[in-house]
Amino acid sequence: MTATTVTAPAPSARRVLRRAKRRNTALGLLAWAAGLVFCLPALWMLLTSLHAESDAATNPPSLFAPLTLDGYRAFFGADTGVTPWPPLLNSLGASFFSTVLVLLLALPAAYALSIRRVRKWTDVMFFFLSTKMLPVVAGLLPVYLFAKNAGMLDNIWLLVLLYTSMNLPIAVWMMQSFLADVPVSVIEAAQVDGARLPTVLARVVAPMAAPGIAATALICFIFSWNELLFARVLTGVVAQTAPVFLTGFVTSQGLFLAQLCAASVVVSLPVLAAGYAAQDKLVQGLSLGAVK
Amino acid sequence: MTTAVGTTPQSPPRPPTPTPARRTGPRAWATRAPLLPALVFLIVVTQLPFVATLVISLFDWNSLNPDKRAFNGLDNYAAVFTDAALRDSVLTTILLTAGVVIATVVIGLALALLLDRTFFGRGIVRTLLITPFLIVPVSAALLWKHALYNPEYGLLNGALSWVGELFGDTTPSQPDWIADMPLLAVIAALVWQWTPFMMLILLAGLQSRPAEVVEAARLDGASAWQTFRYLTLPHLRRYLELGVLLGAVYIVQNFDAVFTITAGGLGTANLPYTIYQTFYQAHEYGLASAAGVVVVIGTIIIATFALRTVSSLFSEEANRA
Repeated sequence: MTATTVTAPAPSARRVLRRAKRRNTALGLLAWAAGLVFCLPALWMLLTSLHAESDAATNPPSLFAPLTLDGYRAFFGADTGVTPWPPLLNSLGASFFSTVLVLLLALPAAYALSIRRVRKWTDVMFFFLSTKMLPVVAGLLPVYLFAKNAGMLDNIWLLVLLYTSMNLPIAVWMMQSFLADVPVSVIEAAQVDGARLPTVLARVVAPMAAPGIAATALICFIFSWNELLFARVLTGVVAQTAPVFLTGFVTSQGLFLAQLCAASVVVSLPVLAAGYAAQDKLVQGLSLGAVK
Repeated sequence: MTTAVGTTPQSPPRPPTPTPARRTGPRAWATRAPLLPALVFLIVVTQLPFVATLVISLFDWNSLNPDKRAFNGLDNYAAVFTDAALRDSVLTTILLTAGVVIATVVIGLALALLLDRTFFGRGIVRTLLITPFLIVPVSAALLWKHALYNPEYGLLNGALSWVGELFGDTTPSQPDWIADMPLLAVIAALVWQWTPFMMLILLAGLQSRPAEVVEAARLDGASAWQTFRYLTLPHLRRYLELGVLLGAVYIVQNFDAVFTITAGGLGTANLPYTIYQTFYQAHEYGLASAAGVVVVIGTIIIATFALRTVSSLFSEEANRA
């Protein structure tokens, strides 16, 4: 914008504008600095995982040491033959099946709470929410005793049930808000054509709310994947999950920093991928649907 | 826990399905049926164990000595409140929760304000900032313990060495972070992990702020501070409350960080960790259950406020619909 145009701002206004611009740049740089500071430990983990053990644990840190995949090779059992595949597959199985179960239970419930509403639906919503606020430790002992007597210790199916109960309230809340956005006229049209509830849910509601359902599934998956306390108490050798494996990893093999960082990266990778994909929905899930 | 029911908003009229008149008979059941599997499942898997915990908390029951199991009324509760270790873990839980929540809200608010403007690479910065939250909690705790806090080769002391060298100091101080400040070490790791969550909630709040009002205030000559103090902060109140209360509910229950970073040692055992230890290692089933019930009561107090906050946000939402 040149000073010769009629609409140019008066000099003083231009100065104000320039100062505001400079301030914006400064704050932008500050935001970048904050972002880098917060990400630094994670980047450090990644860098360390790519160093040789001898370069990983040095003081001062060896930033420019040659990169290698030895940490990852060691984690996957190249030297010891102890592979992390069973715990990773256990985590995958427990998270996947509990997510499926959550969706199967939450979708009809959300339908009853948003489209064909039951009476006092808000009370029901708050009942679901209140179970989420019950501390996990308060019910752990009876679950442990039950599992012990029923011979269900060290069994991923028990984790599947518990993870389902842990995620169900969040899923109901999130899905309720997603299903509320599905136009009722479409659903009614399907019902007029003679479709029954399961058909309506599967053929009409689910496809229309698909993005929301996908986000809900991702969040349930992340929470199950991250869970430590249940898994630690209720599993042993066979059904050990990835987080439990990680905690035992340090003590059983001594400390190999590069390998530990490689392990942390590998275990976090699915969550990072899912989390970046569902950033906004993640808050919505964690804040129990209260923030859209 | 149905404490919030009294404050529950009325169901708003929804044009296509008007608030149903009292339905009875098969039709009402047809409406309720889809809800039942989820409800029954939750009651069986979460409420029944809690009732069992309540019952066990009234017994003197050590699994190593099962013959001695006997009803002893409220003795376990008396023990919870008189046992020095348990009392300490109550205090630790409060310090840990309050410390983490206050720090994350303050830093999260600052970050949210920084991100609530357009600048080059905002999307990238946002992605960088949420990364701590997406590291598996156990991995994050291990990372802090071994790669950052380690006194011999951790990044923190490594950075001190660098800075020392820069100023010609060949023997800079090399604190043993976890041994010297155990609780602070756990708090710092949790703050790092939970700040993104607060930031995202507050950012959602900032972005729901009506732009015209802010613009009008600016035109009326309000300074940045005045706009923040009299417009932004009141608008954010609900979101701040929500962040604080949900943060508190999540952090009170924290187990991963305490278990991994200090294994509850050095005065960092919070209630979840202590309960875990009481029943998993000491096999004191009755005592552990009583402590569990105490945590539930504490959480109900926090959660009542949390539910009320969520409820008020929710009723706004419902009224808008």
